[in-house]
Amino acid sequence: MIYGVACVIALVATVAALAQLTGERSPVSTIVLPLGLPWVGAHFRLDALSSFFLVVVDLGAAAASLYAIGYGRHEGEPLRVLPFYPAFLAAMNLVVLASDAFTFLVSWEFMSLASWALVMVRHRDPDNRRAGLIYIVMASFGALCLLLAFGLLAGPEGGYAFEAIRAAHHAGPVATLVLALVLLGAGSKAGLVPLHVWLPLAHPAAPSHVSALMSGVMTKVAVYGFIRIAFDLLGNPTWWSGMVVLILGGITAVVGVLYALMQHDLKRLLAYHTVENIGIIFIGLGLALAFQANGMALAAALALTAGLFHVFNHSLFKSLLFFGSGAVQTATGERDMEHLGGLIHGMPFTGFAFLVGCVAISALPPLNGFVSEWMTFQAILLGPDVAQWGLKFTIPAVGALLALSAALAAACFVKAFGISFLGRPRTAAAERATEVDRFSLASMFILAGLCLLAGILPGFVIDALAPVTQSLVQAGIPVQGGVPWLSIVPIAASRSSYNGLLVFLFITASAWTATLAIHRFASRAVRRSAPWDCGYPDANPITQYSASSFAQPIRRIYGTNLFRARERVEMPPPGDTAPAHFYLELHDLIWEWLYLPVTGAVCLLADRFNHLQFLTIRRYLSLVFLALITLLLALAIWD
Amino acid sequence: MGQFDFDVAHLLAGGLVLISLTMLYQDRLYALIRVFALHAFVLALSVAWQAAIQNAAHLYITAAIALVFKGIIIPVALHRIMVRLGIHREIETVVGIGPTMLAGIGLVALSMVVMLRVTAEADSLAREDLAFALSVVLLGLLLMVTRRNAVSLVVGFMSLENGLILAATGAKGMPLVVEISVAFSVLIAFIVIGIFLFQIRERFDTVDVGALDRFRGERR
Repeated sequence: MIYGVACVIALVATVAALAQLTGERSPVSTIVLPLGLPWVGAHFRLDALSSFFLVVVDLGAAAASLYAIGYGRHEGEPLRVLPFYPAFLAAMNLVVLASDAFTFLVSWEFMSLASWALVMVRHRDPDNRRAGLIYIVMASFGALCLLLAFGLLAGPEGGYAFEAIRAAHHAGPVATLVLALVLLGAGSKAGLVPLHVWLPLAHPAAPSHVSALMSGVMTKVAVYGFIRIAFDLLGNPTWWSGMVVLILGGITAVVGVLYALMQHDLKRLLAYHTVENIGIIFIGLGLALAFQANGMALAAALALTAGLFHVFNHSLFKSLLFFGSGAVQTATGERDMEHLGGLIHGMPFTGFAFLVGCVAISALPPLNGFVSEWMTFQAILLGPDVAQWGLKFTIPAVGALLALSAALAAACFVKAFGISFLGRPRTAAAERATEVDRFSLASMFILAGLCLLAGILPGFVIDALAPVTQSLVQAGIPVQGGVPWLSIVPIAASRSSYNGLLVFLFITASAWTATLAIHRFASRAVRRSAPWDCGYPDANPITQYSASSFAQPIRRIYGTNLFRARERVEMPPPGDTAPAHFYLELHDLIWEWLYLPVTGAVCLLADRFNHLQFLTIRRYLSLVFLALITLLLALAIWD
Repeated sequence: MGQFDFDVAHLLAGGLVLISLTMLYQDRLYALIRVFALHAFVLALSVAWQAAIQNAAHLYITAAIALVFKGIIIPVALHRIMVRLGIHREIETVVGIGPTMLAGIGLVALSMVVMLRVTAEADSLAREDLAFALSVVLLGLLLMVTRRNAVSLVVGFMSLENGLILAATGAKGMPLVVEISVAFSVLIAFIVIGIFLFQIRERFDTVDVGALDRFRGERR
């Protein structure tokens, strides 16, 4: 019921935002409500950037609500989900619409708290409680950074409305500090390495439709926050700020996908992939900043379009994949891939939709993931034209990182799909799996269809993004609607072009021909030979290729240093019939080297100051008195 | 504004600071309460004078509230409480009288320096008034910090609040509602602290707040 209403509202909002985005030069609409801070009020503004992100948010919300109509029935304690779900959706919409610092921060916190409540739905599991704790600490930290950033932007006059901030000129150390704070604040919400630690814990802990929203949509709201502040409010980027964002994005992409490869938990794997995709988006944004600093408006527009397109794409296929993993969880009760296998027989439709999502996220043509990553590469290929040598060297290096992460992502999704859906069932639960309800399937197929549409007709999406880039970097890439054969030409026809429709037709036709040919000429021909046992002489399903063995080569190459992965095999002595054991040791170095020392320091300080809680009344008064005197003295000496 | 008006306002505000300093070296509770009544009386005079020179009729109400509540009701009530509780011992100070007085003088100097520098653009009467008011507030805090007896804590708090009222009346345009609500909140605070006093007394046979600390089992 609630999900139905939420679905309808989100759909209406999607259509409205889409109309605003694609309409003929629709004016920017603003509204000021007499709420919030006195003399500031609550400003709301709907411009091109907001409308684009509204489309992303509400499309994801509509899909998730539709999915939840079916999925929500399996929820053990629906009353723990239902009140917070609409609040979460509303908060995300408000963040995108807000046009003053106060409203923005309040909505942002509201979004964090509502999603935290949703993470804590299954709070009886101690792992989920730990995830919730880490999440709320990181969310508070991020909000604190954003608060300070807005404080710096507003300046001593307290111009908290975005118009006032935009009008003020920011430069020098203040702008640097604001950018650093925004990277920390929005980056921690989006999941930039090394601020990503909460994300793979919190996203899988929530119910699947909420996981999809958090991964597919909430991280995009964080990206929105970054774009709004870095491009719109701050303006005039310096070239090295673009370089910092680029490097962070590149590292995030590779580290995220490597973490994902080490995971056997389906939802956690997807969550780590969110980290990777955020990295790809930030590569696009960093390129845009760098190009804009060099006055290359067209290149900046291309990079920004690529980043935003990837935002849209990721919201589609990540939601789809989380829905798929939720369906798997509903059908089998398992999230561990080592306990799945052969699901495609029991759940053919889910399997197909999941496959589409896997192909899309692995950036294979003709789906949408390919288009946005291809455009990012096109922007990277414009890198040598910038003036600074630092950037000239950084951009190709980041391009290499991006290529590496794309390849690893493909490997990772071969593993995710292959181990979960193909092969033979590893447990009885996987064997008994049956197809999920119609609402869930409908939602997944709609998203899969959108992935395909955005992949074969990317020109329309790019044209819809033109007003956004126009308002942010004062340029748009050439209109793609008029290009013949629906192909896209971001820079010039002589340079590069891509035609999703043709590639789709070609792939379909060649696959069809190949299938026909095999069936016609190979399978039908009668052969006589010894029966092949498919490489499994033992009938036990545990002898199949496992997720861990799939990841082993990559783990040995990259994980030995990055995760300090150590493998150990214990063989029983000859003649003994005891089983052999395989031990695998992985370390999360970011957690161990960055977070544990910080946690330790905080605990130490808290212990040191603990006795302040047990002072006498007079000492409390003296403390207050001394603090007051010190401040007054500082004031007296200062000027 | 004539020179005479300014001088009288200056005199009254300065007198308030002087009486605050006087409170610092009182070592008997009864004397302390009488000095506090004088403090409130001078405050009422000062506020009334402000009312006269600012032509602000509502300030007379503030003055009346200060006189009635702080000059009469609270001292009388405190007096009766002390008679009923039977406490008329000397006040135990934490720091000796001499260092306390020196610290008080330092505080007055500090508040003069800070206020006169910060409010360079304000008109001279408001500047002086604010500087004196800040001194009174700081001296009230000092009184609270340096005494162990709960009654002198109350007196310190009340004199601190007198400083706030002085600051509020010196600045023009303070609405009456604010002043009345501040006065009432002080009265309520007084009631709460009075009940608190009786409770401490009932449990520990003393109004020395050190007894509370010993009860909590804290080290001193």
